Amino acid sequence: MAYFQYDCIVVGAGGAGLMAALYASRSASTAVLSKLYPTRSHTGAAQGGIGAALGNVEEDHWEWHMYDTIKGSDYLGDQDAIEVLCREAIDVVIELEHMGLPFDRTPEGKIAQRNFGGHTRNYGEAPVKRACHAADRTGHMILQTLYQQCIKNHVTFFDEFQVLDLIVEDGVCKGCIAYEIATGEIHTFHAKAVMLATGGWGKCWSVTSNAFTLTGDGAAICLRNGIPLEDMEFYQFHPTGIYKLGILITEGVRGEGGVLRNNLGERFMERYAPTLKDLASRDVVSRAIYLEIREGRGIDGKEYVHLDATHLGREVIEKKLPEIADFVRTYLGLDPVTQPMPVQPTAHYAMGGIPTDVDARVIVDAQNTPVYGLYAAGEVACVSVHGANRLGTNSLVDLVVFGRRGGRHMAAFANEIDLQPIQDRDREKRVRDQLERLLSGTGKEKVATLRKEMQKIMMDNVSVFRTGEGLQEAVDKLRELKERYQHISVEDKGKQFNQDLMEAVELGNLLDIAEATALSALNRTESRGAHSREDYPERDDKNWLKHTLIRRQEDGSYCFDYKPVVITKFQPAERKY
Amino acid sequence: MEVTVRIKRYDPEKDGEPWWGEYKVEVDETDRVLDALHYIKWYQDGTLTFRRSCGHGICGSDAMRINGYNRLACKVLIRDVAPVITVEPLLGLPVIKDLVVDMEPFFAHYRAVMPWLINDEPPPPRERLQSPEERELFDDTTKCILCAACTTSCPAFWLRGEYVGPAAIVQAHRFIFDSRDRGAVQRLEILNAPDGVWRCRTIFNCTNACPREIEITKAIAEVKKALIFSRL
Repeated sequence: MAYFQYDCIVVGAGGAGLMAALYASRSASTAVLSKLYPTRSHTGAAQGGIGAALGNVEEDHWEWHMYDTIKGSDYLGDQDAIEVLCREAIDVVIELEHMGLPFDRTPEGKIAQRNFGGHTRNYGEAPVKRACHAADRTGHMILQTLYQQCIKNHVTFFDEFQVLDLIVEDGVCKGCIAYEIATGEIHTFHAKAVMLATGGWGKCWSVTSNAFTLTGDGAAICLRNGIPLEDMEFYQFHPTGIYKLGILITEGVRGEGGVLRNNLGERFMERYAPTLKDLASRDVVSRAIYLEIREGRGIDGKEYVHLDATHLGREVIEKKLPEIADFVRTYLGLDPVTQPMPVQPTAHYAMGGIPTDVDARVIVDAQNTPVYGLYAAGEVACVSVHGANRLGTNSLVDLVVFGRRGGRHMAAFANEIDLQPIQDRDREKRVRDQLERLLSGTGKEKVATLRKEMQKIMMDNVSVFRTGEGLQEAVDKLRELKERYQHISVEDKGKQFNQDLMEAVELGNLLDIAEATALSALNRTESRGAHSREDYPERDDKNWLKHTLIRRQEDGSYCFDYKPVVITKFQPAERKY
Repeated sequence: MEVTVRIKRYDPEKDGEPWWGEYKVEVDETDRVLDALHYIKWYQDGTLTFRRSCGHGICGSDAMRINGYNRLACKVLIRDVAPVITVEPLLGLPVIKDLVVDMEPFFAHYRAVMPWLINDEPPPPRERLQSPEERELFDDTTKCILCAACTTSCPAFWLRGEYVGPAAIVQAHRFIFDSRDRGAVQRLEILNAPDGVWRCRTIFNCTNACPREIEITKAIAEVKKALIFSRL
């Protein structure tokens, strides 16, 4: 047990965390705590591109990007935040290039750009080339570049430290409690500002593009500290995951001209989205695939369709899509140059999360009351720029734009205030006691069994299409699983590198997040973006053009509150692609 | 199909010496070795310890020795290594527990080659220009995920841990051949030291081990060549 003191603590070392750390460390002492080595973070798995209206290949404007993002969000995104996102996207992409990011190049030597779903010219006319890319490993390049810059600038890293709790007292965040995985020791990190950049929670579902480590840790910690979560019902299923495995096949395949086909060989997206077809937004395409399968047009009667890139030619696939070609060859033994790829929607990205303002400050209500010293950015946060459905390439923009703003703001904040004393001295002991309880548990329940049951009910009842009945069933099941979680035992009783214990902690986080997701979905009786209720198939702006805030109360029950949507330039309209 | 997985186990809190655990697992032939390891951990022996994250070969967490070769457990299918699969931690780095090794010496070598863009000229308002041909020169080495499979397969590194190793040279290559970088001279000097690039004996183990199919030996040769010609 040790005591550390910094001005700023960043939890998580993906794109948002590293960007924030880079900026905060310029003027304040800063440490990054990450349960993984930074380069293992899941930002590295992002493939297709980062959206910015550079106009390098054809005419483009940030206002067009803004419109597309708002329409993509099904008008639930906050337009003031989206304006920040799309304006600053341009500048931040240039900054990444200056840091050394090896983007692909146009013949003139500029950053290369390609088409992506939902990104259009002139307010919806036709696809536009806006996604700046480095082959189909853009996220890998962003992660590597930011880590390189952090090393260059001597940012302090605590690698393989799992944060278990925040220290929040009287509306002020004063640090966090972390578990050192290598030694099993628990440490207090006392700070003036803490940023949560812990990523998403795809592991709530059985078929997901997410890493095994994406277990919603930061969001679950907030929930347990009485901080609400926003718009949890909006979870994106990416249309093209590798069948059964869920591994992502970038939308860049369709950006380069690939098409989806059913068992008749029909390009079915022409029926669902006459203008943009296969480049409609992700919620639209995922629903279309589910409907094709439901109507018996899955390939061989199974739950998948084909993503066909065979007409693109070897050159395009090997040069522009080498990573996904490798995945398909490795895991399926198929050659995408000559054979179509079997795909199904895969749990991919949380639009909802910890509510923040545009400076990444965590807020707790509709009046934007901040928790002083607490920040969140990246997938774990909800600004909200993605609303009910995120456009492809906008996650990487979100990470770097709001990671940067948050890093700047937290350093300025830290330089203005004195370190606040921690009143509650028992906090570390309580965390230690909780771990001890998990370690000494002798119950019959196994972590892996509970996790599998949770993932199945979430996949069956809380995925692309939802019903009130199915959601209620999920809520009941999740409560049963939470009860059974009290009776788990871990086999590994050791102190050093006890991943058995860490998986138990992560399951606790996943169950909390799954419950908040199912409850929020049950509560919203309309269909909007990624939240598609078969019993309420229409969007209902009169009653539901508002953000959900779900909060856990002291007795463990949940309550809902709402926050208005910020509308500036674009009034809600019917959404067609 | 049933496979036998033999795993070199070591728990510093319990074991004086490493020992071999043997597990019988029912898996599909298209499952990953990582799936078999998970199956063992989740349903047979919860104390089995290994790192993993993305599960599809992009994060670099689960490099280990599988049937004698350095591989990512998530990129090897059962059918290619069945019916008896031998799994050991990477060689040349201290073992912490089971398949988990101490990565710090590896990352120290990485940091030693200044793996960041060096260019103090004021940047233009827009992107620095770079032709597709210039970009192509270092494309291969941008793929590196720092999994350490190459460095820990290198006999020169096994012999002498101070050798920077192939991964660090790959990282240096990525910047030396980037037209925007101005730090080539400094990096080449670092690599010209006794524990630099000349310890490479062109054994090709690194190239064979790389899960990203980077032509590492070729990249090292290009660095050697740059050193020779920069001295002329």
